[in-house]
Amino acid sequence: MKIVACIKQTFDTEAKIVVGGNGQISDEGVNLIVNPYDEFAVEEAIRTKEKNGGEVVVVTVGGDKAQEALRYCLAMGADRAVLIQDAAMVGADSRAVSIALAKLLSEKEAGYDIIFTGKEAVDDGAAQVPSRLAEKLDLAQANVVTALSLADGKATATCEIDGGSEILEMALPALISAQKGLNEVRYPSLPGIMKAKRKPLEVLSLSDLGLSADDVASKVVLAAAELPPARKAGQRLTGEVDEVVAKLVKLLKEEAKVI
Amino acid sequence: MSIVVCAEQRDGSLRKITFEALSTGKRLAEASGETLKALLIGNGIAGLADELKKYGVDEVAVVDNAALGAYTADAYAAVLAAYVAQENPALVLFGHSSFGKELAPRAAAKVDCGLVSDCIDINFADGDYLFKHPVYAGKAIGNYKVAGPVRMATLRPNVFPIVESAGAGAVVNFATDIPAAKVTVTGTMMASGDRPELTEADIICSGGRGLGGPEGFKLIEALADALGAAVGSSRAAVDAGWREHAAQVGQTGKVVSPNLYVASGISGAIQHLAGMGSSKVIVGINKDGEANIFNVADYGVEGDLNKIIPALIEKLKELQ
Ligand SMILES: Cc1cc2nc3c(=O)[nH]c(=O)nc-3n(C[C@H](O)[C@H](O)[C@H](O)COP(=O)(O)OP(=O)(O)OC[C@H]3O[C@@H](n4cnc5c(N)ncnc54)[C@H](O)[C@@H]3O)c2cc1C
Repeated sequence: MKIVACIKQTFDTEAKIVVGGNGQISDEGVNLIVNPYDEFAVEEAIRTKEKNGGEVVVVTVGGDKAQEALRYCLAMGADRAVLIQDAAMVGADSRAVSIALAKLLSEKEAGYDIIFTGKEAVDDGAAQVPSRLAEKLDLAQANVVTALSLADGKATATCEIDGGSEILEMALPALISAQKGLNEVRYPSLPGIMKAKRKPLEVLSLSDLGLSADDVASKVVLAAAELPPARKAGQRLTGEVDEVVAKLVKLLKEEAKVI
Repeated sequence: MSIVVCAEQRDGSLRKITFEALSTGKRLAEASGETLKALLIGNGIAGLADELKKYGVDEVAVVDNAALGAYTADAYAAVLAAYVAQENPALVLFGHSSFGKELAPRAAAKVDCGLVSDCIDINFADGDYLFKHPVYAGKAIGNYKVAGPVRMATLRPNVFPIVESAGAGAVVNFATDIPAAKVTVTGTMMASGDRPELTEADIICSGGRGLGGPEGFKLIEALADALGAAVGSSRAAVDAGWREHAAQVGQTGKVVSPNLYVASGISGAIQHLAGMGSSKVIVGINKDGEANIFNVADYGVEGDLNKIIPALIEKLKELQ
């Protein structure tokens, strides 16, 4: 099987966000990680290979630092990596990213059986690339997947939906967007980290893919970022339990008017 | 031109987010001079058009077809893209629900337009639409513009007010080819009970590691029942196996914006705040006076939740 995992390098979830003078978010000094949902995707890709044989290719769109994220996935057990890197992709919107990935996967890396992605990235929280990519590649998609089985060229996926879950069946190739619960993510082993250093990591520009900067011009533009309004300091209620509870209920009813 | 709201129905009832989207669409249509239209897709759903008319729509386009009974993203996206090709709207609105999160980007790729996900505000000024979308789990808010002619957006549930208004309310059928869906829905499991769904709930009672064990959630459930609330959880309680992941609130769980969020035995880690920081009123119940939840709580109750919650339930019952 040819198994693809699409990943994104994101800020650590603990990162403090600083908006620069240009209204854009600064990445100075921020610790970068593999988007947590994409780790589930990479893990599932590796497990799929362990069961069915084949190779796992991890792909991303990013800058120089994204190589570290790809090496991490190689250390987990992926076989090779592709980085799409181009000045024209800096600040690219979800549409542009999906166009670049679709071009890679329909030409240079064609012939995949299954594509894994995370259900969304924790930075922009847009959750667009998986569905856009599925559409561009004309694939069936299972979104927000918490359980998956593959047999006889078919995928059966349990998908989280509002208030419950749903089971979907589809023929491969298909695109699976991973949700927490799909698996337990492994940590790279020391031998894994050593081996990853020698695994192939190919860097491709837009022109290598046969795309121009115009093809990926963003339609969604961040005019400016701002910090959210701070929550007002609240009241602390102290004293005997009965008093405190009576006070709380009165405040919720009369001041906040929420009950 | 028009603003189109993609209505969301499940098993023949419209979801609340649809009314939120219509009310927002109406406000924007008045500002931009567009007409407001709703697109209603499904099987045996034509009767729902009347309900949509309450929110000021000029027209409801209905696609009622046996092949659209079970929602599948690829078939619904094809219908939506065909409607957009005919209508050429300036803006298409969806809920940022599990339905809209999947359908909107799929449709946006088909139409080849820009989409802003999970908006908490949209305005029309100086001839253009401006979209606000929280990034980094709410640690910052991005202000976006989208190059037209067509723009799409999904709206965070429970943030946009519902306002009824009058409109022409014509109902038309929209006929289009429906492609065979690439996926088959073979089963649906909905949570039983009559508690509201987490992202739609007006009130949420959440518990964390401070509950001390799975039995602790009995207390949270009793409080939720007294308030007509949904039950949420911190990740620590989910990781401990006390609650299913679907209940997790936070950066790697659900993002919720209820009127009232009651956090009991939850420290208020940054990743938890990411999921509930936009709640209108927050109550924190924690025995540690230094807990971070008190930095965001409108009402902070310092003490043992095992004493406070039962007393609170009693007091609430007295009021009923
Ligand atoms: C990548 C990543 C993603 C994450 N995503 C999420 C997420 O989506 N959601 C989430 O919630 N967390 C998330 N976390 C975890 C987060 O960092 C915290 O570990 C977690 O929220 C802590 O849960 P808690 O508040 O229940 O537990 P704790 O931090 O252990 O807090 C328990 C609290 O209970 C109080 N307490 C104890 N006993 C009592 C009592 N008898 N009465 C009253 N109070 C009592 C204590 O004082 C304490 O404040 C994530 C972490 C990472 C690294």
